[in-house]
Amino acid sequence: MVKFLPLKEAVAENLHDGDTVAFEGFTHLIPTAAAHEAIRQGFRDLTLIRMTPDLIYDQMIGMGMAKKIVFSYVGNPGVGLLRRARDAIENGFPRSIEVEEHSHAGMANAYEAGAAGLPCAVFRGYRGAGLVEVNPNIKSVTCPFTGEVLAAVPSIRPDVTFIHAQKADRKGNVLVEGIIGIQKEAVLAAKRAVVTVEEVVDSFDDLHPNLTVLPRWTIAAISVVPGGSHPSYAHGYYVRDNAAYLEWDEIAGDREKFQAWMQANVIEKSANDFAARIEHLRRAA
Amino acid sequence: MSDNDSPLGFTPNEMMTIAASRALKNDDVCFVGIGAPSAACNVARLTHAPDITLIYESGTIGTAPDVLPLSIGDGELCETAVTTVAVPEMFRYWLQGGRISIGFLGAAQLDKFGNINTTVIGGYFHPRTRLPGGGGAPEIATSSKEIYITMAQSKRGMVEKIDFFTSFGHGEGGDHRKRLGIDTSGPTLLITDLAIWKPDPLTKEFIVVSLHPGVTRQQVQESCGWTVRFAEALDETPAPSELELKTLRDLQARTKAAHEGTGKGKAA
Repeated sequence: MVKFLPLKEAVAENLHDGDTVAFEGFTHLIPTAAAHEAIRQGFRDLTLIRMTPDLIYDQMIGMGMAKKIVFSYVGNPGVGLLRRARDAIENGFPRSIEVEEHSHAGMANAYEAGAAGLPCAVFRGYRGAGLVEVNPNIKSVTCPFTGEVLAAVPSIRPDVTFIHAQKADRKGNVLVEGIIGIQKEAVLAAKRAVVTVEEVVDSFDDLHPNLTVLPRWTIAAISVVPGGSHPSYAHGYYVRDNAAYLEWDEIAGDREKFQAWMQANVIEKSANDFAARIEHLRRAA
Repeated sequence: MSDNDSPLGFTPNEMMTIAASRALKNDDVCFVGIGAPSAACNVARLTHAPDITLIYESGTIGTAPDVLPLSIGDGELCETAVTTVAVPEMFRYWLQGGRISIGFLGAAQLDKFGNINTTVIGGYFHPRTRLPGGGGAPEIATSSKEIYITMAQSKRGMVEKIDFFTSFGHGEGGDHRKRLGIDTSGPTLLITDLAIWKPDPLTKEFIVVSLHPGVTRQQVQESCGWTVRFAEALDETPAPSELELKTLRDLQARTKAAHEGTGKGKAA
C-alpha cells in the first residue's frame, strides 16, 4: 500500500544497486528531483530504461551510475546531443555502457506489453531499419492468421519506475494530465512505482471521470516535491525551462564543467531546492 | 539573421521552409518532425491550410501552436490540441493504424533514395559521432502514406552512402519497399534550401524538378554528395509571397521571444 515519504526515504527504500529502473516522462513531467536524489545516494550498475533519456540520464551516465541504457532517442530535445551519454558511448568515459536501442514505437509497445503482463510486444515496425541488425532483442513473428511478418520485442518490466505527476489525493491516488506520455504503462509494468507530485489535495471527487488516475494500490511511495520536474514542466503549474535545456548543452560538453555543476546543483542540494527553481516559470493564472 | 539584406529579399532557409509548407494540403494529417518540418507545417497552417491536422509524437493531435515548440512535447502543443493521447496509443492506433497521410522528417544524413540516418556517424558499435537516433522515425517512415523530407543541402548531409539506416526510404531503389512488404509510398518529396526534388517513378532516385529563384544547377551539385540528376523540364520555384514571408518571420520572432523568456532563473 502506498506510503507518503520524504523523497530521500522513498528512493532509498525502492532503488538498489544493479536495479533495472525507468524514470519516465515524455518531455513533460520528467522526474528530475527523484533522479537527483538517486544521484546523491550514489547507486551503481543501474540499467536505465527510458524512451528519451534526456538530461537526467545524461547526468546519471556522467556520474558513472549506469551499466546499460535502453532507449529510443538519446538527444537533448530541440537542442541536439546528450554529451555525457556520447562520451560514455564513444569513449567509455567515465565507464563504458551497454546500449540497447529501439524506436519509440518499439519502446511504447514494450512498456504496454509489460503493463499487460505479456512476455513480448508485437507490432508493425522496424521494416528496413538498421536497428534490426544491431539489436538482438528485435525479432519477428509471423501472424498465424494472415502470414504477415511483424516485429517482436521483449516487454519492459522495470524493478522500479519513477514518475512525476501533478497531484495526489490524501489517500494516495495520483493524477497525471496533459502530455501523459508513457507514465501509466511504465508504472503498471514495474514491480514498484515511486511518484513525486506537485501537491496533495483533499480528494479527487470533482475530477472529470476519464482523467488518468493511478489508484493508490499501484504505487509504493509518494513524495511531495513542488517543482520536481524542472527543467521539464508540469502542465497547469509551470512551463518548460527551455533556456536550461540550451544551457545544458554547454555544461555537459566539458567533463570538468559537468562535475562542478553536478556538485553545486545536485550533490550539495536537496529536493527542497526545486520549488525555487520554477518560481519564474509559473504562469500568471 | 540578415533576412532583409539578402539580394532576393529572402534567405535560402526561408525559401526552403515556405516551399515545404506549400506541399501540404488543408485535409492532410501530418506527423511532424521537430525543426525544419515543424516550421513548414505551421506556416502551412497559418496560410493556405488552416484545417490541416498536425500531430507530434508526444501524443498531441490537431495542435495549433502560437510559437514553434523547442521539443516535441512542449506544453503549447497540448494546450492547443484537439486531443492528447498516450504515447503507445499515438504509435499503435494513429500511426500504425494508417491514419497519417504525410510523415514530415528532417535528416542528418540522406542518400538519393530517401533513406535517412540520424543514428551514428561511423560504425554503430564504435561511432565517431553518436547522434540522437530515430525516435519515432523508423515507423513514421513506413506507416505514413507518404514521406516528405526537408533539409539544408551539404556534402556531409547528402551522401552517396549513409552510415546507418535509421529510417527506410526506397532502400536500394526500384521496388525495394514492395519487396520488404511495405505498402506505403515512402519519400515522395524532398525540399532543400536550393531545390525541390521528386523520385524518379521507376528508379526512385530523387531528381531535381525545380530550382529556387537565383539557384544554379552547379550550386545544387556542389552541395550534394551524389551525382545530381535534373528533370528535363526544370521549373523555377515561385519566390515566397509577402504573406508567406511575413507569416514565417512573425512565427520565428514569437518563438524566439517565448524561448528566451524562460532564461531568467537558475538552471537545474
